Amino acid sequence: MTSSAAHASARTASVPAPAMTDANRRALEGAFWPIVSLLAAMVVFGLFVALTGRDPLEMYALIYEGAFSDAFAWQNTLQRAAPLILCALAVALPAQAGLTIIGGEGALVLGGLAASVVPLAVAGPPLLVQALMAGCAMLAGGFWIGLSGWLRHYRGVNETIASLLLSYIAIALLNHLVEGALRDPASLNKPSTRPVGDANMLGNLPGIDVHPGLAFGIILCLVLHVVVRHTGLGFATRIAGGNVRAARLAGLPVGMLILWTCVAGGACAGLAGMVEVAAVLGSANATLAAGYGYAGILVSFIARHNPLAVIPVAILIGGIGAAGSLLQRRMELPDAAMLVLQGVAFMIILGMETMTGRLKFFQPRGA
Amino acid sequence: MDSSGLGWWGVLLAVVGGAIRVSTPFLFVSLGECITEKSGRINLGLEGILIMGAMSGYGISYLSGSPWLGVLVAGCAGLALGALHGALCGLARVNDIATGIALMIFGTGLAFFLGKPFVQPKAPNLPSIPFGWWSDSPQVAAALQVNVLFILGLALAFGLHWGFSNTSWGLALRTVGDSSDAARALGYPVNRVRLMATAAGGFLAGIGGSFLSLYYPGSWNESLSSGQGLMAVALVIFARWQPLRCFYASLLFGAAGALGPALQSVGITSGYYLFNAAPYVLTLAIMIATCSPHRSLAGAPGELGVTQ
Repeated sequence: MTSSAAHASARTASVPAPAMTDANRRALEGAFWPIVSLLAAMVVFGLFVALTGRDPLEMYALIYEGAFSDAFAWQNTLQRAAPLILCALAVALPAQAGLTIIGGEGALVLGGLAASVVPLAVAGPPLLVQALMAGCAMLAGGFWIGLSGWLRHYRGVNETIASLLLSYIAIALLNHLVEGALRDPASLNKPSTRPVGDANMLGNLPGIDVHPGLAFGIILCLVLHVVVRHTGLGFATRIAGGNVRAARLAGLPVGMLILWTCVAGGACAGLAGMVEVAAVLGSANATLAAGYGYAGILVSFIARHNPLAVIPVAILIGGIGAAGSLLQRRMELPDAAMLVLQGVAFMIILGMETMTGRLKFFQPRGA
Repeated sequence: MDSSGLGWWGVLLAVVGGAIRVSTPFLFVSLGECITEKSGRINLGLEGILIMGAMSGYGISYLSGSPWLGVLVAGCAGLALGALHGALCGLARVNDIATGIALMIFGTGLAFFLGKPFVQPKAPNLPSIPFGWWSDSPQVAAALQVNVLFILGLALAFGLHWGFSNTSWGLALRTVGDSSDAARALGYPVNRVRLMATAAGGFLAGIGGSFLSLYYPGSWNESLSSGQGLMAVALVIFARWQPLRCFYASLLFGAAGALGPALQSVGITSGYYLFNAAPYVLTLAIMIATCSPHRSLAGAPGELGVTQ
């Protein structure tokens, strides 16, 4: 007995510091299961596509071709990844405080609408107008998701349902205003607001043909990662998200912690709407509600609500979206197929949560 | 048949008639969700199941010529998706709300994908019973065209109301929903009861979907459902998990949904989109009025996460 204990302690003493700490194992596991899930989703969706009489391998080759094969494809992919990053933050941030918000689409739509109104009211140097557009969009988006958070904390209303209902209301508001008070008489077939004007449009980032929304998204991800992981505010927020009672006992202002994540997340989605208006569409119209808000939910869940992981996941999902039109042309695969793929991936990701901690390799060893 | 001749009475009549028509999918989905939530689990994916039911019901009705077979298949499609949700949530650490969101996306995508060929053709619709035969007014007659599914739904509401409190499976369902520990101690198979409750809820939601495509509006397209499945979830909370109250609440929601088209019929079109958003605003207003951060709702199943 004693000899074996002595033997064990001698062994731990002789072994050098382990190459992998428990924190590393946890981080590795956080990446491992989502990747396994995505591969499983590809297999399941491949089987589904095979059932419809198409070649799944050809499909995945086409997705690669349409998403990542050359500069043009990358440009298309990154263009779509930008709003996905921003909308995913609208899910990931409230998730830190324990809320499941799925109303990013509404915040994006209202942000775009707010941004499109600014050039009508303000004339000035483009940089000022653009800054005001971004500011108004972020206020509108922040207010909309903030409302869900406020209702949750102060009125006890389920935030998931409330945020989706608010999304529907925002889209109705957009349609109402675009076909009524804000309609540009010149937009005949497709009711739109007045164009924001060429001077106020956002140019491309230097060096690549991608609009600045990508830079906004990446910068915000980095900043929010630091805030969430390395500041007192982020720590307090994660405590409130992990255990509300413990947070209250510790005297944390739970309501304010919930509110800041919702307002900041909504502001990100609102900014996505501004970028869509000022860099892609040129005015606000019904095409603003293109589903980025909903796809952002998936991105955030795959990334396990980690702001840094949101970036690569958004690029992956954006790439699948970018390949959609190629799949439609070459394989006659309807665009709804991408929705099926998203749904399959989402379900497998969630189901795979049950595997967390089940593999010996990832279990903590006290190092 | 425009009701402009009757003025505001026409609007009222159109709202009443619309309430009966529009409420049926709400009724089925809310009864389904009621069963699921009684077992202590929430299925937000009923929206996806509703759309899947609408598509499969329409497709089968078109292919077979029998709308009732369509209703049955729609129910079975819903059953399968509900069982999928139930099985996934039976695994440890799997969150039912998030799974519902995934099911919403999956069901919608699958329905749009498989439903592409059915957007154009016209499928045979469900019959209705003309309760307005006594009236000369075409508006009254139109308002009182009541579909058989509505009557079935009403009967089901009464049946569930009775069954929850008077049958052994009703007791099992309520026990599992109120305290899984107590249910386990009594020997009820908690996961299996929840799986069956979620599958049954999916079955009813699928039938509710088939009403959309087979009676009103009566065709299949991708903008057929606009959140009815989700609103029904909120409706169950408003109805305090009681089937009969689900019926009244469905009528109320149906009336709100019928407001936009009714006003349009008398020439008020300016606020069309806003009036169409009336059910969402109503849902939100009701949730704000009935929920509270300080207590769980009266009648709420104890295991239900959505009310904290």
